[in-house]
Amino acid sequence: MTSTLPVGVSTDDRAGGGTRKRRPWGRIVGLSLGAIAFLFPFYYMIVGSLQQRSDTSLGGAFPKPGNVSLNNYHEINAAINLGRSLLNSAIFTAGVLVGTLVFGVLAGYALARLRYRGRGTLFAAMLLLQVIPFQLLVIPLYVQIVRSYGLADSYLGMILPFAINSVAVFVFRQFFLQLPDELFEAARIDGASELRVLRSIALPLVRPALLTATLLTFIGPWNEFLWPFLVTKQAGKQPLAVALANYISTVAAAATNPYGAILAGACVLAGPAVLLFLAFQRYFVSSDLGSGVKG
Amino acid sequence: MSAHRRQPIGMLLSAPYAVFIAAVFAYPLGLAVWISFHKYIFTAPGVDVPRPFVGIDNYTTVLSDPAVRRSFLNILVFLVINVPLTVGLALLLATALNAAVPFRTFFRVSFYVPYVTASVAVVGVWLFLFSSDGLVNQVLGSAAPNPSWLINEHWAMPSIAIYVTWKQLGFFILLYLAALQNVPKELYESAAVDGATKWRSFRSVTVPGVRPATTLVTLLAIITGANLFTEPYLLTNGGGPSGKSASPVLLMYQRGIEQGHPDTAAAIGVLLVIGVLIIAGGQRLLERRQA
Repeated sequence: MTSTLPVGVSTDDRAGGGTRKRRPWGRIVGLSLGAIAFLFPFYYMIVGSLQQRSDTSLGGAFPKPGNVSLNNYHEINAAINLGRSLLNSAIFTAGVLVGTLVFGVLAGYALARLRYRGRGTLFAAMLLLQVIPFQLLVIPLYVQIVRSYGLADSYLGMILPFAINSVAVFVFRQFFLQLPDELFEAARIDGASELRVLRSIALPLVRPALLTATLLTFIGPWNEFLWPFLVTKQAGKQPLAVALANYISTVAAAATNPYGAILAGACVLAGPAVLLFLAFQRYFVSSDLGSGVKG
Repeated sequence: MSAHRRQPIGMLLSAPYAVFIAAVFAYPLGLAVWISFHKYIFTAPGVDVPRPFVGIDNYTTVLSDPAVRRSFLNILVFLVINVPLTVGLALLLATALNAAVPFRTFFRVSFYVPYVTASVAVVGVWLFLFSSDGLVNQVLGSAAPNPSWLINEHWAMPSIAIYVTWKQLGFFILLYLAALQNVPKELYESAAVDGATKWRSFRSVTVPGVRPATTLVTLLAIITGANLFTEPYLLTNGGGPSGKSASPVLLMYQRGIEQGHPDTAAAIGVLLVIGVLIIAGGQRLLERRQA
């Protein structure tokens, strides 16, 4: 991240609070308890997914050599076709990412750097829709998309309500606002078109915003349950979150080790989002997302 | 720079997003209200059926339905547990994180992991942990509730409220970390000079310093609670036991889509939003008075 972008600097790495010499043991204990509470279920998810026979005893929290196998992964794969559901999740997520990174960037740029009729209204609408519970819209959206347009069991039907992530548009706008005016003036005097200014000057400078927004947008559709659950009835079109939820609520009871199979599916569903987050976590910082709270 | 030069190309660049907002938020919002005042049934595309205006019939149907009333009460129980817990824990952990502590990045990342993970996946491990002979009850021994957490009518909703607190906390810690950067360091220093204890300076410097963030965190936690669906659907097997953990959105799904009454479902949705607005408004009023 460059120092020309105050908002892109990770304020997270700046220490606040006291400047005492001794180690803050109270904080460390509190934070450690928190970390255990947050991480243990994930550890247990992996351990449980590898158990041949479900073991809920205290000792079961540690993998036992005689009880470790990949059976649960085979079982869940036989029940819901992991490859196909992962592909559906990937297409759903990719559609939303493309929509957000193309149209969201254009809107964020226009909202930040251009003056035109309707800009204030659009910005107000963007903020307003943050407080509308999405689920309220579920019935009318279902009526429109599934019943009127006949888009049930289609990727388009899944993607449409999420096509442009408004939080990402907000992040783009914040980053474009931070760029110095002179940069744009110079390019315009040279006769560059708006689109060219955006592509060759503004975009390369807001790369951190693109990564932050990608990460933020990714977890939306990848983790979404209710909407794709309503849109897809055919198993072949269901994203993994929907397929696994159906397995939990209906099929699991018939499996030899139901919890093991559920946890194996859970690991496959959680894996990509967690790994992506770990790889790019430094872009997921308070200064990028919390800029709306400041001031 | 010519301050008043207009750039109409801006309209073109933001047109797709404007159309998106209109089609996916504004129009459905109006349609939801319209449906709630009409007799509405699902039809195949292109089929025209009469949809007569029925006044507040759908609302009276919904409000006289004990299951729906129960679901609104359940959400109140949820909010009473979830919102204070979220605000308190998020602010405490953010404050603890906002200092030079070893393994800072590790702690920060571990707090965010539940937030970035699909609820459907995490629900799987909670079902395992909180089942009748699950690890939690093994640790508690005879102190474990009977019937177990998720099938106990007193514990089902509190369990969901605690689960959602745990799941969402990382995001709220993130918001508080941003807000803490704005609390002037000098205030802590002068508090220390005045001999204030750590707890005292937390109370009189940190808490008032992040008040705007607290308003936002509270509002977002309320909206998250109003949207509750996945957890009662999966964690307590469809809002059980006997509807004690059903949420309004779960009822919307059951009434609207499973049973084919989108009109009453839309009425539940409108009532839910009115409820959120009332609670959020009341909370702001309360905060103004305290400030």
